[in-house]
Amino acid sequence: MTFVEFIITYYPRFLSGTIVTIEQFVLASVLCIFLALLAGLMKLSPRTSVRACATVYIEIFRGTSLLVQLYWIFFVLPLFGITLDKFTAGFVAVGLNVGAYGAELVRGGVLSVPTGQWEAAVSINMSPGKRMSRIILPQALVNMLPAWGNLLIELLKGTALVATIAVADLTFEARQINYSTFMSAQSFGTALIIYYVLARFLLTPLMRRLEKIMARQIGRE
Amino acid sequence: MSEDMTQFPLRLEGENAPMVRFMNVSKSYGELTVLDQLNLDVAPGEMMTIIGPSGSGKTTVLRMLMTLETINKGVIYVDGEPLTHMEKNGVLVPANKMHLRRMRAKIGMCFQHFNLFPHMTALQNCMEGPVQVLGLTKESARQRAEELLEMVAMSDKRDHHPSRLSGGQQQRVAIARALAMRPKVMLFDEVTSALDPEVINEVTGVIRKLVGEHHLTMMMVTHQMGFARDISDRVCFFYGGKIEEQGAPADLFGSPKKQRTKQFLSAVKEAV
Amino acid sequence: MTNWRWDFVWEILPRLIWATGNTLLAAGGGYAIALVLGLALAVAQRSRHKLSKNILRELVEFIRSTPLVLQIFFIFYVGPQFGVWLSPWTAGMVAIGLHYAAYLSEVYRGGIDSVPKGQWEAATAINLTTTQTYWRIILPQALPPSLAGMGNYLVGIFKDTPMLSVIGVGELMHTANAIGSESYRFLEPYTLVGVIFLAISLPTAALVRLLEASVRRTLGMS
Ligand SMILES: Nc1ncnc2c1ncn2[C@@H]1O[C@H](COP(=O)(O)OP(=O)(O)O)[C@@H](O)[C@H]1O
Ligand SMILES: [Mg+2]
Repeated sequence: MTFVEFIITYYPRFLSGTIVTIEQFVLASVLCIFLALLAGLMKLSPRTSVRACATVYIEIFRGTSLLVQLYWIFFVLPLFGITLDKFTAGFVAVGLNVGAYGAELVRGGVLSVPTGQWEAAVSINMSPGKRMSRIILPQALVNMLPAWGNLLIELLKGTALVATIAVADLTFEARQINYSTFMSAQSFGTALIIYYVLARFLLTPLMRRLEKIMARQIGRE
Repeated sequence: MSEDMTQFPLRLEGENAPMVRFMNVSKSYGELTVLDQLNLDVAPGEMMTIIGPSGSGKTTVLRMLMTLETINKGVIYVDGEPLTHMEKNGVLVPANKMHLRRMRAKIGMCFQHFNLFPHMTALQNCMEGPVQVLGLTKESARQRAEELLEMVAMSDKRDHHPSRLSGGQQQRVAIARALAMRPKVMLFDEVTSALDPEVINEVTGVIRKLVGEHHLTMMMVTHQMGFARDISDRVCFFYGGKIEEQGAPADLFGSPKKQRTKQFLSAVKEAV
Repeated sequence: MTNWRWDFVWEILPRLIWATGNTLLAAGGGYAIALVLGLALAVAQRSRHKLSKNILRELVEFIRSTPLVLQIFFIFYVGPQFGVWLSPWTAGMVAIGLHYAAYLSEVYRGGIDSVPKGQWEAATAINLTTTQTYWRIILPQALPPSLAGMGNYLVGIFKDTPMLSVIGVGELMHTANAIGSESYRFLEPYTLVGVIFLAISLPTAALVRLLEASVRRTLGMS
């Protein structure tokens, strides 16, 4: 079987795997961003108990492995009465894991906004919520966006682990095709290239674009 | 590119051969021509000082000699041999790495910002080259380094790292480090420009001592006009990548002939 | 708590501790490969040869932006296709080593770039060879700024070793899976694995920070 024949035969499965990978990526990203904002801001709270909650989340998920977390959520959580199907367990684990790393980015981003901005917001009598959402966060976001580009690539790579609980993503399909053809270089090589294209020619340019737009939004060129 | 290399001799020989010769040397960065057809000789044992406005190409001259910059045209000779080129089948071709390394052994340089190795003590800085390059034993390298540190009056600080030394002290160690390689030509590029005024004399004192006690060929770029006048055998005034005027210090400082030299000297005097 | 059995914990703990040794071994082996290969990648990228530089850069990008687990599969399965059989251990450590070499090369590059240009020039002025300049002048100075990144990736490698279970390396995750399928109990093994990871990675991260400070001091650079 030539490589061309290989691709013609198996492209539907690579395609469906890629679509599942993209679905996992998008859902995990949404969860990740939400958790990162929540935990990142909680870590800046003046209340010790709030900070402690965020710290526990961040340290547990950064201190252990994504694979361990995935297995725990998929195999152990049901014992506590929380049963997630494998697709959900997959992106939830990835989102929870990467969200912990994102929380540190959010915290760093907020701290990178000069104190003068806080003081100015106070001086025009903004409420704490408004201060954060209208003055601080937009600037923090621009500052941390480059780091988020890298983190989202890590997240995309992280989704490959959902294959281990049999979510039919790109890695899973590559493995299946390898088992039935023993054409390992072709199966895994094709999958690697697809991930690479997704990361470098879709995600990276998208983030660059976003960085530019955001910078313009807050009047930074 | 198409330069006639036969115009350049393969070696400089004879009694009067200079220690350093720039022959039709040109250097440019893209469009910008920094040095244009430079011809300059320095005799063995001579102390030659280069002065001139900022951007006139003074540093470039020294850096080319230290092989930190390549040249676009011409040939530089050191100690009778081509530095930038080597002989191949009776003509000069651009030097290879090995040739450069052999020739570099003849030249030492001190920088405006000292460039001491921060992770080594003063003594280790002075032993590094002798041990690693010249292949001296640790003991003899140490002995040589200690003598040189003694000469620059830095013996008591020999086990200090550069971060714990003042600018003047660092520059004196840097001079000792360069001398430890036993070069035939020493280059000093504005070695006092980064120093506080009160410590400049520490460094100029060392250079004075070198002029008095050693038969080294030296090229120095400086803005210390008084110092240049005192110790130089010859002073070159650079302007726009060319030698505008040169001569004995008494003549050049006392009765400059060119308009630009006069302007420069009076501007420097006012600044002081 | 949901049926947590301490007696079962004591029963499986020795096996997990044994497997922890394997995990550390795999992480250490992979890290050793990554340290050396990463340096080679970083230095090679400073060559003046434009084409090889760009190819290397793209290779590093490729390795960094594709999943490690897939790289592990690739290296493990592609060998036999061409008649080379790598043991799971070898394939796993090579894959992890290569993956993190790409990351470490970026760390080193940053460290090397942070060394002032004057240091290279001073090294030339005392006529050191390029190799001597790297080993004796540049790398010692590139080390302190690289240490934080190097430490982070040590912890990172450690946390990625569970992926080696997919090709059957008998590390922690693999052992926990085995226990789970023998006993149909997942709660204790997976939880213990998590606890062991926390117990190692958190102190290591702290230790790395201490080490960084002390290296800075020994090199006289603080
Ligand atoms: N690496 C470089 N790239 C481009 N231009 C340079 C470079 N180095 C020096 N120059 C230019 O060459 C000219 C001469 O520089 P230099 O020899 O350092 O002058 P000086 O030491 O007399 O102040 C200046 O115009 C400077 O801007
Ligand atoms: Mg200069």
